[in-house]
Amino acid sequence: MISVYWAVLYVAVLAGFTGYEVIRRVPVLLHTPLMSGSNFIHGIVLVGAMFALGTATTLSEQILGFVAVIMGAMNVTGGYVVTERILEIFDRSKAKQGPP
Amino acid sequence: MISVSISDAIEGVYLLTIVFFVLGLQRMSSPSTARSGIVAAGVAMLIATVVTFLTPGLSNLLWIAAGIAIGGALGYVAAKKVAMTDMPQMVAIYNGMGGGAAAGIAAVELLTGPNFSLTGGLSVAGALIGATSFSGSVIAFLKLQGWMRQRPIVYPLQQPTNLVVLGAAIVAGALVVGYSGTFLLPFFLLALGFGLLMTLPIGGADMPVVISLYNALTGIAVAMDGFALGNYAMVVAGTLVGAAGSMLTIVMARAMNRSISNVLFSAFGAVEETGAVVAGAMKPIEPDDVAVMMAYAQKVIIAPGYGMAVAQAQGKVKELMDQLESRGVTVKFAIHPVAGRMPGHMNVLLAEAGVPYDRLFDRDEINPEFPTADVVLVIGANDVVNPAARRQGSPLQGMPILDVDQAKNVVVLKRGQGKGFAGIENDLFYKDNARMLYGDAQATVGQLVQSLKQLKD
Repeated sequence: MISVYWAVLYVAVLAGFTGYEVIRRVPVLLHTPLMSGSNFIHGIVLVGAMFALGTATTLSEQILGFVAVIMGAMNVTGGYVVTERILEIFDRSKAKQGPP
Repeated sequence: MISVSISDAIEGVYLLTIVFFVLGLQRMSSPSTARSGIVAAGVAMLIATVVTFLTPGLSNLLWIAAGIAIGGALGYVAAKKVAMTDMPQMVAIYNGMGGGAAAGIAAVELLTGPNFSLTGGLSVAGALIGATSFSGSVIAFLKLQGWMRQRPIVYPLQQPTNLVVLGAAIVAGALVVGYSGTFLLPFFLLALGFGLLMTLPIGGADMPVVISLYNALTGIAVAMDGFALGNYAMVVAGTLVGAAGSMLTIVMARAMNRSISNVLFSAFGAVEETGAVVAGAMKPIEPDDVAVMMAYAQKVIIAPGYGMAVAQAQGKVKELMDQLESRGVTVKFAIHPVAGRMPGHMNVLLAEAGVPYDRLFDRDEINPEFPTADVVLVIGANDVVNPAARRQGSPLQGMPILDVDQAKNVVVLKRGQGKGFAGIENDLFYKDNARMLYGDAQATVGQLVQSLKQLKD
């Protein structure tokens, strides 16, 4: 049985190609929300920060973990709201176009 | 018999979260599906966060909830309040927060003492990249927000200094995992310092590339943390963003015909070009004359740049489009990939003002149309329309530009006679077919609209 690290490395490499392939199809028009949306997606760091704070024992660990949770939460909510606001605009601009 | 533990259930949720992340990004390939994609990804993220509370053995739960409430409220309020023109710096700062969180997670892991192993090494790498992305993004935010000057900040031996700081950070990081935790603080200070120093010499117009790069770096830092923590949702999401962000960074650097290292290390725009002499004179024109010129045109192309965003002129530009179209004039917008401070910045602003996105055209789509355009109105764009890019020896040489100078008439709306970001004289302004319309973009476009309305009577 190979080490779990190898398995994760395989997964990571495939995820990299997935990211590349998915993004390749996004038109320039949507590059801003794409950047903002991928910014939101690395907000999953919040889950790691929760884990770090949840397993912290000493005071310095707790402080660092707490700061990490705050920053992670900002990343998630800010990233989501910004992306949603931008995409809402594109929704509206489509509506204004009216029937062809 | 197979029993499903709570940990298995949590893993299952994480796995589904990843599926929704990929689908969310995939739906961004079209404006009509993009919004539903991000909403689905948002719901997935929410559920992933909630189930993380159920992780067996997790303590400090109240503190976690408090941290999420504080960070969430801050992020939400700031993101709701900010104007669309200020979006680039918001993306920068939220990305910085992600990098900071990644560095913090790694710091907690490293505080447990020397850990000379793969996970220890990954934690150090994650911390270094996360901290660099954090302080670099903060500088990018300050520059874009105008709280710091946008022009590159340069000093002698800058790049060697940065290299030494980076090297010292790596050595300190190696000592943290291999020798003693006392090197943790110096390590973080050096890593944060590197991000700061690296971003200082990069100017405002290059920020789209930089934000995108830091976005990719944060993704990679998150993936490394995920590896160290054994959280595979973080590994996959982080790698996804790392790949996507790298790709976007390359696309943008290519749009300026510059390498990424040129963007990062050359302090582009720090020095104004001297010695290049352009023949001819700049010829001013009045708004009324421009209005007449456009009113009797068949095709008008508008080329917006960062100046339009600064002056918040996009609403007036939309009115101008409506006026012209009501007279039967075809109006198109020419969007250079690096116009503005974020990739696609102009698209967002014009869409917000209500310009349908089928009027917005890419550089490659619109360039063949310039020779048939009667009037091109350049609003607050400079370097991206500078024909000096076709001239040997110009710092812009080789940058693909909007070929506005090939139109019958070019009107350049500009605040003053200053040079563009790159500090390069713009040959366009001296061409025979070019006229300069000086003034604040919002006020001047407003005048054009008024003049057009009067013409109607």
